[in-house]
Amino acid sequence: MSKQAQHWEKTRGLLFVTLAIWFVFSIGIFLFGAEMEASSIRPFGYPLSYYMTCQGSLGIFVILIFWFAGRQEKIDEEFGFSEREDD
Amino acid sequence: MFKGNFINNLPKIYGTYTGGFIVFIILMAIGEQAGMSAKVIGICFVAFTVLIYALIGYLSRTIQVDAYYLAGRQVPTVFNGMATAADWMSGASFVAMAGGIYFKGYGYMALLVGWTGGYVLVASLLAPYLRKFGCYTVPDFIGTRYGGNLARLSAVIVLTVASFTYVTAQINATGTIASVALDIPFNIAVYVGLASILMCSMLGGMRAVTWTQVAQYIVLIIAYLIPVFWISNKMGAGVFPHLMLADEVARIAELEAQFGLGEIKNSAADLKQVPKGLAGITKAHSEVNTTPWKFISLAVCMMAGTASLPHVMMRYFTTPSVKAARRSVGWSLFFIFLLYSSAPMLATLSKLSLMDPNLATGIIGKSISEVQAIDWYQNWNQANLMFVSDFNGNGTLELNEFFMGGKAVVLATPEIAGLPYVISGLVAAGGMAAAMSTADGLVLAISNALSHDIYYKMINPKAETAKRLLIARVLLVLIGFAGATIAALEIQGILGSVIWAFDFAMSGLFFPLVLGVWWKRANAQGAVAGMLGGLAAGTAYLIAVRSGYPGFLDITQLTFGIVGSVVSLVLMVVVSLATKAPDAATQKMVDEVRVPSGKAILGRQH
Repeated sequence: MSKQAQHWEKTRGLLFVTLAIWFVFSIGIFLFGAEMEASSIRPFGYPLSYYMTCQGSLGIFVILIFWFAGRQEKIDEEFGFSEREDD
Repeated sequence: MFKGNFINNLPKIYGTYTGGFIVFIILMAIGEQAGMSAKVIGICFVAFTVLIYALIGYLSRTIQVDAYYLAGRQVPTVFNGMATAADWMSGASFVAMAGGIYFKGYGYMALLVGWTGGYVLVASLLAPYLRKFGCYTVPDFIGTRYGGNLARLSAVIVLTVASFTYVTAQINATGTIASVALDIPFNIAVYVGLASILMCSMLGGMRAVTWTQVAQYIVLIIAYLIPVFWISNKMGAGVFPHLMLADEVARIAELEAQFGLGEIKNSAADLKQVPKGLAGITKAHSEVNTTPWKFISLAVCMMAGTASLPHVMMRYFTTPSVKAARRSVGWSLFFIFLLYSSAPMLATLSKLSLMDPNLATGIIGKSISEVQAIDWYQNWNQANLMFVSDFNGNGTLELNEFFMGGKAVVLATPEIAGLPYVISGLVAAGGMAAAMSTADGLVLAISNALSHDIYYKMINPKAETAKRLLIARVLLVLIGFAGATIAALEIQGILGSVIWAFDFAMSGLFFPLVLGVWWKRANAQGAVAGMLGGLAAGTAYLIAVRSGYPGFLDITQLTFGIVGSVVSLVLMVVVSLATKAPDAATQKMVDEVRVPSGKAILGRQH
């Protein structure tokens, strides 16, 4: 397999992981709104459902993007596809 | 004062600017103590900030094509993040969102999740690849990737429909704020707003819009956070409201039960007295009050719409590298997060200020005549944003007898909570900044698509630079005027049309963009079918629902993008597979786009 094909395979793998995490926190957990509300897990004392909609998921998305960017940079470096600094 | 080149000095320049703005706020506060009237303070805030933006716009004037369309591709990661955040957060986010949460609670907060989650899609599916492509506009990508003028034209059509729907709402918002702050009639204020928007973008295109948007972000975030922190501390609710309002949220639930929320219903005859556009609290504040599907379908539409709106995507064309584009998406979302995570806190504080009888500011349970005598009530009642009426005739204000406009939650809360007027002036300047920055991005996205993709690429490919830029500017002014004219008619509310814009963009552009990078087999015929078919299906569903058709799967006029995008995906796949695969050159181009290194597909000047 060519270097480029390997690079793309890894890139696609990272995409699936990223989208899986995204799916859980943007769609998955909100299937269980009522269960989250009744849950005894209460971040900072807020009901879990309320907390996730106004801070939890939002914060996770921010971290997720930076994590994704870092991983993708590593993949690009590994196969020698990252940009030169002076670009 | 500043040695070396402009880009290296950015932190210093914007640091000085932020310092200067804070000094201005302090001067206004001193002025207020010395007896400056509320009206003069309001005018100073709006006029001063708008003049600064206009000055930045003038200093960023350019006659270079790549500076006009791409800000010279040298906007550093963090600054592009700020500019995108301002571009993104519109009058709807700033003025209307906290109000929506105030009235609708949990069900409405699907918008918070949707408007942030979409950035994960932007970062992972699209932005880095479109940056590598090197396009000037989103239709530029579609046109080059799929080939042919028809694909390019279809993309321009979708872009124009979505962005134009959006921009009328933003010009409407600038008009609303300018009319309140400057005390002029709305249909004149709309053109004052338009003039300010054009001053920022006309001379310098993307470059000017970039640097004014950074300045506007700084103003709008200061204007949003100061009142939230101040009210929270004043009320004794917590030094850091975001982590400390759990007791207040619980207290609201307690008061809702005490005041009989949901049990006492107003009769239709009573509701007729309430001025149009005002609402009472009818939904619980924190309780899960909607079905999972309603919540999720709205969030999904906003996420896919985020990834398809051209004025956001084109901000990532301005970074120096692919790597910077990716990181820049993270910074954008971080800066957006600062405001979005504060909106529910503002709604909580605002609601408690009004509801809690133990607080000096609480009005529920007081006598009607006492409430009607309060200064701020009279002001906002006159502005048609507040209303009380003694429906049950007991002389006391009940929860179901108090009505407020959605905008009032952000605009009036500082006054209700007893903050000095200087804060209300600041909030007006913030709202103006939010609406102007988004309107700028949108007007530029439309006029760039028309001038670059229609005029230069399709009508007159031999046009000289000077002529191209002249056409671009003329179109900018024309589109601005068209937007303002429609805004002056006041057809729809701000929030409704913003949500529609997301659905339009999602219907026509989401799959053609994503599959352009991720599916090599996608071809021009498929893309055209996907764009036009998706847009047509979405629009048809919207019109049908608006004219009384009950719809299916609980898809409403706010989530019609689901219909449009599914049709778009199916058409695109079926038509692509039924027609010839893209040629070898196109396939090779897609391979090139998938790696960050090497030259951009389209050069700096094209």
